[in-house]
Amino acid sequence: MVLDKLGKALHGALQKLTRATHVDERAIKELVRDIQRALLQADVNVQLVLELTKRIEKRALEEELPPGMARKEHVIKIVYEELSTLMGRPAQLQLKPGQSTVLLMVGLQGSGKTTSVAKLALYFKKRGFRVGMVCADTFRPGAYEQLSQLGEQAGIPVFGDPKAKGSIELAKRGVERFKRERMDLIIVDSAGRHRREETLMEEMKQIAQTVKPDEVMLVVDGTLGQQAKDQAAAFNAATNVGSILITKLDGTAKGGGALSAVAATGAPIKFIGVGEHVEDLEPFAPERFVARLLGMGDIETLLKRIEEAAWAEEVKPAEMKAILAGKLTLQDVYDQLEMLDKMGPLKKLIQMVPGLGMAVPDEQMRVGEEKLKRFRVIMQSMTPGELENPRLLNASRMRRIARGSGTSEADVKELLRQYELMRKLIKTIARGRIPKFGPWGKLLKQVPKELK
Amino acid sequence: MLEKLRQKFRRVVKRVTRRELSPADVEDIIWELQVGLLESDVAVPVADKIIERVREQLSGRKLGLKEDPRKLADEVLRQAIHEVLGTDGKVDLLKLIDAKRARGEPAVLVFVGINGHGKTTTIAKLAKYLLDRGYKPVLAAADTFRAAGIEQLEIHAERLDLGVVKQRRGADAAAVAYDAVAHAKARGLDVVLVDTAGRMQTDINLMDEMRKIVRVVKPDLTIFVGDALTGNDAVEQASTFDRSVGIDGSILCKMDADSRGGAALSITHVTGKPILFLGTGQGYGDLVEFDPNIILNALFTD
Ligand SMILES: Nc1nc2c(ncn2[C@@H]2O[C@H](COP(=O)(O)OP(=O)(O)OP(=O)(O)O)[C@@H](O)[C@H]2O)c(=O)[nH]1
Ligand SMILES: Nc1nc2c(ncn2[C@@H]2O[C@H](COP(=O)(O)OP(=O)(O)OP(=O)(O)O)[C@@H](O)[C@H]2O)c(=O)[nH]1
Ligand SMILES: [Mg+2]
Ligand SMILES: [Mg+2]
Repeated sequence: MVLDKLGKALHGALQKLTRATHVDERAIKELVRDIQRALLQADVNVQLVLELTKRIEKRALEEELPPGMARKEHVIKIVYEELSTLMGRPAQLQLKPGQSTVLLMVGLQGSGKTTSVAKLALYFKKRGFRVGMVCADTFRPGAYEQLSQLGEQAGIPVFGDPKAKGSIELAKRGVERFKRERMDLIIVDSAGRHRREETLMEEMKQIAQTVKPDEVMLVVDGTLGQQAKDQAAAFNAATNVGSILITKLDGTAKGGGALSAVAATGAPIKFIGVGEHVEDLEPFAPERFVARLLGMGDIETLLKRIEEAAWAEEVKPAEMKAILAGKLTLQDVYDQLEMLDKMGPLKKLIQMVPGLGMAVPDEQMRVGEEKLKRFRVIMQSMTPGELENPRLLNASRMRRIARGSGTSEADVKELLRQYELMRKLIKTIARGRIPKFGPWGKLLKQVPKELK
Repeated sequence: MLEKLRQKFRRVVKRVTRRELSPADVEDIIWELQVGLLESDVAVPVADKIIERVREQLSGRKLGLKEDPRKLADEVLRQAIHEVLGTDGKVDLLKLIDAKRARGEPAVLVFVGINGHGKTTTIAKLAKYLLDRGYKPVLAAADTFRAAGIEQLEIHAERLDLGVVKQRRGADAAAVAYDAVAHAKARGLDVVLVDTAGRMQTDINLMDEMRKIVRVVKPDLTIFVGDALTGNDAVEQASTFDRSVGIDGSILCKMDADSRGGAALSITHVTGKPILFLGTGQGYGDLVEFDPNIILNALFTD
């Protein structure tokens, strides 16, 4: 999950407050200090952190308590509001219907632009759009080869010329070609640069002026520290950054640098990169992150979101019914992975249930997430029958699958164990056997009748 | 370099000059210092360590009649930072290569680090550095994982008129590195520079692959290549790579990108190993030799 560690630290800080018998000045100051440290360790800009925590402290101490609200709740609400502003507004990448949308990717050296171009292209291709990629990086050795190999892998056409010198001309020709071919989305990759490289910044400006992108997306390395703010501001001044993509969040970095970039540009984070493979891209959901930060503190928002987003759109009633009935097949898991890029209802279900996201040991979720990729390969080596009914998997079948997928039998067993674990968990939830999770009952009431 | 941190330190130093060191003064200075360190990308735990030392040294401290408070603060900070930097290890790269050469063997250097932080480019720069000093390096394209990882290194080699040992994409990285060492021995080359794929320290499989490379070629130096713009994660990265393969030294790239250089402190602190070079641009000449004192001097000289 995005910015997970930061979330945990903040959650800890808030829990401390919740446990305090008395919310006095001291408790608030302590909370503020904890939040400060968590944000600083997450690489959020130092001045930004100081301002934010000062505001939280001032509001928590001075604001009048709304009627019917406990002091604790009020403080949590303030923290929630202030953190939400830090996350930026939620936004999605919108494609213009019936026209070509042009996206220009910019960023510091090695931040992950080229890889992200391919990830985005695949993301939209999977959703039925026609996408073309343009290599306008004439600087980095092997830039064209890199994009064209990624394009081959993902089945996306690439325009470029490893011998060309002029990146501006190249960008122009590429965009023109793909416009002629009526692509829905044209993504332009540019060379890495930083704010002290003035000629390169000027070149980027000219690329932008020439291809007139509908959106400039700034790619920010998730491990980036305090420079995030000034660098992002410089990119914004040169090209008017419209959105942000954070990469490398599969590591241990907390991605706070990207939050400084949000503050510096006013642009929202739209996607996050969580691995080196072209599938490793997720849309960014700020509300979900903040809701997670607060655990059960803001159940209403959470419930509203569950109603609106998760269930209504992304989960088919029949599928949900089967899952809730504990009839989860490997095929279901596999389909979810394919369909929703790791954001299937299975994971959503677990993360969305207030309290449960925190109750399921983080390690368990982590192991699941990290192994998902291997699981996918394993499942690709299974027959449809096996996917439907994992009980068929005896020792010899497991051996065959392990060999076929280049994994080990232990991996296959691990998948089955994980599957069992999730199935049981879901069954328990579906039977409403978790009285602690009050909102779950409420939620179930909202699930259409035919699902029960 | 480290301009920002230097400015902050100067301000701290000035304040000590003006006042006596009451507890409130000390806390004031400490706060200023803390903000300065964090703004320079010194990781929180490392900054804590420096600050702890400064606090110990300054609190309750009375200035002697002839004592220059400016000098005192300067000394205290220097010492605190020096302690954090605290590496006795010095790596003399050229001497090491000479020693190996005397034995008729190539020196083997393996470069590791997380994705996109500058390994391949640094190898090209270092090859140029060695060529300029009369050595005969060969490159090993052991990043068989990333798209065009091999091609990128090949283009550099072509430009520098150097040999590259390679196989196809997807080939066993350790085998490529091994071949390169054999090739260098057969041809009487002096140095093998092994480029490896970038990897997240959390990726168990890739960390295993890296260990295998190191096990197979037994490098004379395993070098961690870091990005000077990295924030707090530098600590996690450097310590995990160090634990995993044993780092002999680091190279910090992208110092030219307005870096405040705090990552240098974080990395040296957790690995206890020196930084060998700094990357200061994208050209082949943009590599400067590092001396631990560079940081201190950058911090304190006017
Ligand atoms: N683990 C991980 N690696 C990533 C992610 N995104 C990109 N990378 C890796 O980061 C490295 C740099 O990525 P590139 O796409 O080459 O970066 P770039 O910004 O195009 O680099 P330049 O063109 O040189 O400026 C590569 O090794 C990528 O595989 C991510 O989300 N997770
Ligand atoms: N400005 C600047 N750019 C640098 C420096 N060192 C490397 N770069 C750039 O950073 C980008 C990534 O460098 P690479 O050498 O490909 O990094 P890497 O660690 O090999 O990347 P992976 O193999 O993908 O993990 C390239 O665009 C380089 O030109 C430096 O010191 N200064
Ligand atoms: Mg690139
Ligand atoms: Mg490389």
